[in-house]
Amino acid sequence: MTRQKSLWRFAPVFYIIFLMLPIYWLISMSVRTTNEILDTTSFSFIPRNFTLDSYRTIFTDESWYGAYINSITYVAVNTVISIIVALPAAYAFSRYRFLGDKHLFFWLLSNRMAPPAVFVLPFVNLYSAVGLFDTPWAVALAHTLFNVPLAVWILEGFMGGVPKELDETAYVDGYSFPRFFVRIFIPTISAGIGVTAFFCFMFSWVEMLLAKNLTSVAAKPIVAAMTKTASTSGYELGLLAAAGVLTLIPGALVVYFVRNYIAKGFALGRV
Amino acid sequence: MAKISIENLRHSYLSAPTRDDDFALKRVHLDWADGGAYALLGPSGCGKTSLLNLISGLLHPSEGKILFDGKDVTLATPEQRNIAQVFQFPVIYDTMTVYDNLAFPLRNRGVAEAEIKTRVETIADMLELSGTLKNRASGLTADGKQKISLGRGLVRSDVNVIMFDEPLTVIDPHLKWQLRSKLKELQQRIKRTMIYVTHDQTEALTFADQVVVMNNGEVVQSGTPIELFEKPKHTFVGHFIGSPGMNFIPCEMKGGKAFVGGASVGAVNATEAKSGKTELGIRPEFVSFAAKGLDADIVKVADIGRVRIVEARLAGGYPVKLVVEEGHEIPAKKAKLAFDAERSFIYENSWLAGAAR
Amino acid sequence: MNKTLNNKAWWFVFPVFLLVAFNALIPLMTVVNYSVQETFGNNEFFWAGTQWFTDILKSDRFHAALGRSIFFTLVVLAIEIPLGLAVALTMPKKGPWVSVCLILMSLPLLIPWNVVGSMWNIMALPNIGLLWHAITFFGIDYNYTRQTGDAWFTLILMDVWHWTSLVALLCYAGLVSIPDAYYQAAKIDGAKPWAVFRFIQLPKLKHVLTIAILLRFMDSFMIYTEVIVLTGGGPGNSTTFLSIDLVKYALGQFDLGHAAAMSIIYFLIILFASWLFYTLMMRNQES
Repeated sequence: MTRQKSLWRFAPVFYIIFLMLPIYWLISMSVRTTNEILDTTSFSFIPRNFTLDSYRTIFTDESWYGAYINSITYVAVNTVISIIVALPAAYAFSRYRFLGDKHLFFWLLSNRMAPPAVFVLPFVNLYSAVGLFDTPWAVALAHTLFNVPLAVWILEGFMGGVPKELDETAYVDGYSFPRFFVRIFIPTISAGIGVTAFFCFMFSWVEMLLAKNLTSVAAKPIVAAMTKTASTSGYELGLLAAAGVLTLIPGALVVYFVRNYIAKGFALGRV
Repeated sequence: MAKISIENLRHSYLSAPTRDDDFALKRVHLDWADGGAYALLGPSGCGKTSLLNLISGLLHPSEGKILFDGKDVTLATPEQRNIAQVFQFPVIYDTMTVYDNLAFPLRNRGVAEAEIKTRVETIADMLELSGTLKNRASGLTADGKQKISLGRGLVRSDVNVIMFDEPLTVIDPHLKWQLRSKLKELQQRIKRTMIYVTHDQTEALTFADQVVVMNNGEVVQSGTPIELFEKPKHTFVGHFIGSPGMNFIPCEMKGGKAFVGGASVGAVNATEAKSGKTELGIRPEFVSFAAKGLDADIVKVADIGRVRIVEARLAGGYPVKLVVEEGHEIPAKKAKLAFDAERSFIYENSWLAGAAR
Repeated sequence: MNKTLNNKAWWFVFPVFLLVAFNALIPLMTVVNYSVQETFGNNEFFWAGTQWFTDILKSDRFHAALGRSIFFTLVVLAIEIPLGLAVALTMPKKGPWVSVCLILMSLPLLIPWNVVGSMWNIMALPNIGLLWHAITFFGIDYNYTRQTGDAWFTLILMDVWHWTSLVALLCYAGLVSIPDAYYQAAKIDGAKPWAVFRFIQLPKLKHVLTIAILLRFMDSFMIYTEVIVLTGGGPGNSTTFLSIDLVKYALGQFDLGHAAAMSIIYFLIILFASWLFYTLMMRNQES
């Protein structure tokens, strides 16, 4: 590898500082008192009066922590459904040719690119019609529109790396297909399932338009609770910041746990 | 072109090696004359690629020195050493034409375009690439691409040595021998020092004037193909070279003579063997059926076309292979085997008895 | 892999097909339905033909939103692609810092989009925000809620902050898959660093760069949440992109006809880009 001049080697450091600044600012706002925040006469980079009041509010107010639970619920449900449904489909795409397979694959991928704005009104109608409006199921199922194609795509890539001979050996050894799939195949592609779960989680956790409009009170997710705060309560910036900081945690945890798989998944060149 | 000397080279990939096993190269000491064709032969993991990368400058050794024409280049970069290397898979610049690929090293060194044209066309002609000069390099077949890799090395007039790291790995089998012959022909024509690393004995023995056999980070034997075949210095060389490899039969030494299963057998260096684990080495080509000899049972006969390979077993259970040519009869169950004494050698603790290491 | 022909594989694909069809086809049929009908309430619908389509295609409002979306996408691509590539080139390929780098860089990608909007809201708030203080420190007048230029600047900065890492991570994946032998050969050939970039790295990154460009094109063209949280589409409607305008029609004004026609046009643009994506990728894979 070409040795880089020392200045260039620090470029990632500058970039990461750039990335961390707004996050730092969010955290610092979340531990300031409202007085300090609204005091426009003085500005300080580090909070002067450290307070955990905003966090206290969130952890004690059910409308806040309930919102987090709702969000985690539909994200988890979505990830599970997407993976379960995608596994057999990806297997089929990876091992077989069948009538319309290329067209089907393209159609699936094109849904990943569908603009949520186009779907928001029809989804509200659809999920109200089937009685799932304002439940985590509505959001979980709506998100599968984007996540299932992605899951199929990623899993098919990993499955392509497992030679067909493995399947054939298992049959010769007397495994039935379900037993082979569960006992042998799935462990082999466990890295792929990890990567897929990561991406499903990511896309479902970050999305707001559909999550907000498919719910109202009972299943209100954190993304909706926060935007409500921003508009109605005016300058409760500390609270907003604290709520925001708490939404960073699941993401950070997930990426920490799958960090090795991400490297491997990237190496497959399938992302 | 340069004479290459490798002095007491040791290399470890670990930062703080302690035992011998930590070293990928345990001790290499070699001298190569200018303009010769050399091969580094050995199984995977024997250290040949490490040695190659140390010579080319892509690696710096933990201990030892490397000299080109007497000049110490141990810590020099590849550019400073003026070497060329052909890798296991074709390394070409996909977006350039074949002509630009070959011209690239010269352009980087500021050579005038007119001279570049002459040199590129000469080399392309030598490598039979002239017709493809205007084509995009990425469109060629694997062997064409390897020729381009080679061409980039040949096109520079200041190249000291050209190194090949298992270059035929991705070539189709039916094209391998073609490219191999081309390489040999080129070497003899332009007389540049070439070092060819491989685990395939056919490639090594057909290309090189001098073959260095390596195993486990050490040089086991260095010699011409004929020397390696006829008089291996180590049982490893005997096993590795030849198809099938040399037979090694445990024997006892008594009074300067060798005995296998109680029967006396002749050997060229019988008197030199002193102690330790002794074995009789003889190539299957030099074992034959005779009226008088060692008793053996025939286990298997394999017909591989021109010859047949017979697996037999001696009285003590020791396996022996024979190569039997067409026209000779093979007994059904029992036979007597005769060993050509002129081709039999005694090995002491795996090394040829009496030979200098 | 040698794939065998077996139409029974459809059974494996069936659940996926059902799920996606439920979510894609039914809404699409609804949209098509609304796009060719007119209603005056009371669930009474009248055939309107292509009227909504011509309305939208002729409307200044639509042209303005389309223009803004295209401009935004182009600017954002022009910054994020080179920047992401540059970051990837300078990232360490081996060693203990690699994981740290990768994890920190992927954090912005895992933040709910409304939090991204809120974050930059807090950064840019007059008198309160860090960004506001940093810019006004140099004597520049900056108010993203009142001045269009400032709103665009903040939006673009936010998007670059948010998504450059995706480009960087994709390019990084492409870079680490280049075998060392290429760099070794370049050293031996005496190539300078720029030549190494131009003749080895860039060509080998074609595949991931295509993915990065098309993903970013599509996602920035469809952007909604971050913008609505940060600027609400304003000041005025100076940052009202296609998605925002569409949601205004659909949920704000309940203007079903317009919303539906716009949806279809919007969807067709995206579909075309999808097809481009797929074709280019397949061609890359075959070569």
